[in-house]
Amino acid sequence: MGVLLGAVAYDPKVVTIWDGFRAWLREHLDFDYVLYSNYERQVADLVDGRIDVAWNSPLAWVRARRLAAARGAALTPVTMRDTDCDLRSVIVVRADSPVTSVGDLAGRVVASGAVDSPQATLLPLSLLRSAGLVPGVDVAVRRFDVGVGLHGDHVGGERDAARALFASDRVDAACMIDSNLLLFGREGVLPAGSVRVLAQTPQYDHCTMTAGPSAGPDVSVLGDLLRGMDYADAELRPLLDLEGLKEWRPPRLTGYEQLERAVDEAGFYSQDGEVTAADYRP
Amino acid sequence: MPATEHTDVTDLADLGLDEGGHLLVARALARLAPGERLTVTGRHPALGVHLAAWCREHGHQVADERGALVGPAVSVMVVKGDAGERRWRGAVRAGDAAGAPEARAEQTWGLAARGALVEAGGPPIGAQWSEREHVWADVAPRLYAAAAASQWDPATAVDWAAPVGAVPEEIERAVVQVMTYLVENEQAALIIPARLLSQLHPHYREVMQLLATQAADEARHVEVFTRRALLSGGPLGTSSAGGRASLQTLLAEPDFTTASFLLSVLGEGTFLDLLHFIHDHAPDLVTADVTRLAVRDEARHVAFGVAHTAHLAASDKAYLGALRQSVERRHSALLDTAGLNAEVFDSLVLLAAGSWSPEAIRRGWQAVHDLQSRMDAGRRRRLAYIGFPDDEAAELSALHTRNFM
Repeated sequence: MGVLLGAVAYDPKVVTIWDGFRAWLREHLDFDYVLYSNYERQVADLVDGRIDVAWNSPLAWVRARRLAAARGAALTPVTMRDTDCDLRSVIVVRADSPVTSVGDLAGRVVASGAVDSPQATLLPLSLLRSAGLVPGVDVAVRRFDVGVGLHGDHVGGERDAARALFASDRVDAACMIDSNLLLFGREGVLPAGSVRVLAQTPQYDHCTMTAGPSAGPDVSVLGDLLRGMDYADAELRPLLDLEGLKEWRPPRLTGYEQLERAVDEAGFYSQDGEVTAADYRP
Repeated sequence: MPATEHTDVTDLADLGLDEGGHLLVARALARLAPGERLTVTGRHPALGVHLAAWCREHGHQVADERGALVGPAVSVMVVKGDAGERRWRGAVRAGDAAGAPEARAEQTWGLAARGALVEAGGPPIGAQWSEREHVWADVAPRLYAAAAASQWDPATAVDWAAPVGAVPEEIERAVVQVMTYLVENEQAALIIPARLLSQLHPHYREVMQLLATQAADEARHVEVFTRRALLSGGPLGTSSAGGRASLQTLLAEPDFTTASFLLSVLGEGTFLDLLHFIHDHAPDLVTADVTRLAVRDEARHVAFGVAHTAHLAASDKAYLGALRQSVERRHSALLDTAGLNAEVFDSLVLLAAGSWSPEAIRRGWQAVHDLQSRMDAGRRRRLAYIGFPDDEAAELSALHTRNFM
């Protein structure tokens, strides 16, 4: 039996993280991991049963759920990080911008993250639609495609979108996740007082570890072991810090309906989970 | 964890978390126990958005948002998490900052300052010397303070403009040969403390600092001896295979105390007499200056070597046997080598003679003979201080390398 987990190598630290977790988990469980260059192949392999568990982005969850449902199979969420709970995406403008409502963005240019970023592209563009603005029609979108296939795990696209607010050929608004708004402020990419939050999405949950059709009973052992990881453990703490959490929590899919809707609006995936976004090449 | 009833309030006014506001929040939370609540108020337009992200990252919960997250006045209730407490669970103090160093320095303390609170985890330092007895001397802090106060600038401490043109050419060649030899020796004397330093647990910081000043001292000696050798514009002197072999046995010494013993007690101790000799017979002011400055530094190196070796020998009498073996081992290794470069020896005679007249050479020869006797007496005195009986001290002194260092 045992568990084979898939994770996406969006950064070299992923090797350190999962090598460390693997060594710790293998004291209790027959556990191994494989790395993928992008989420689409990981999702396909999860649904095909080549891996038992996938460390999925929220967008990867949406596609995996659709692919599995089309085959009459079901997926099981296993766990999530404490830091995956209750996120928001924001649209910001320069502090001195005449734009005071989302509707004011009509006829203007909005910068987004990579094509496949749920937090910096799909969800904020859905927010525009909910205000009656069709991206590409009523409002121009300048996309910053960094790390395509990584579902926005790479921060580069968001950072470039933020920078575009103050570039010579500047955009009128930029989309990002709340934590990156704070990060870019502290980095100086967005100097203090330079931007104003124009709009924000409702809260949503982010990454979800997902068990696929090949998963056996050991997956629940994996979930228990992960949730049992103690931040007080000096061996685990550096790995938890690298992975960006203090504790693993029971899984939750709050706010995923926002993303399902955004995916449909953008025509990103079909209902049966095929990739339908024309300009997406992970 | 469940929130408790206790609630504190902190107001950030118009300060944002992107310009240091998190420090005020963290300070207020530090006064609370996990589960207790803090109400954060402020007028920064993005305070609510920032605070939600910051709390998530640091393991706190946003329990309640009063009013919009974006707006003129924000009030957010935060429930303190326990990640901070968990991080410091199992942390230990790396000894006592104000007191004496610990008998044993834990590898897990790593590079932490003595007395610091050390978070568990992190890489062990892998220091070879982590026991006080093997590196310490009570005089080390005072010697370091003296060393720090006695650093001199080679550019200004020596009167480089003093003329050497009046020195007869053959005497000048003797000076250049001796300087060439000194540079070679000082390079060995620089590398050895640097190597010991790299393997020493930094918990013994006074020893670390002292070794660092020792290496810096030798770096200056290398500079001033080289500069003196080049002052008359001629080529440098010779480097003999035997001399280099003798020095290289010092580099290979694996143990802290025996390396310190062979280098500082026997080698640099012998060098004190040599430098005094060169100073006394210097044909010019620069030669007198550089040897005078070097001998002051070397005296500190000898003092630490003697004090440390005596400290260890006092606590472990059997260690005298190991020291003896190190002298015998080095003697055996050098049996088939010539020892001191003959040209160095001849140069010392000529320096002391001051001319080639037979009578002057006789005086020079006798002076070098007397020098060797003083060197031997000094070694025996230091060996006796460390704890060797007089007869054994005499025997070991006689086995010391003919290369002096």
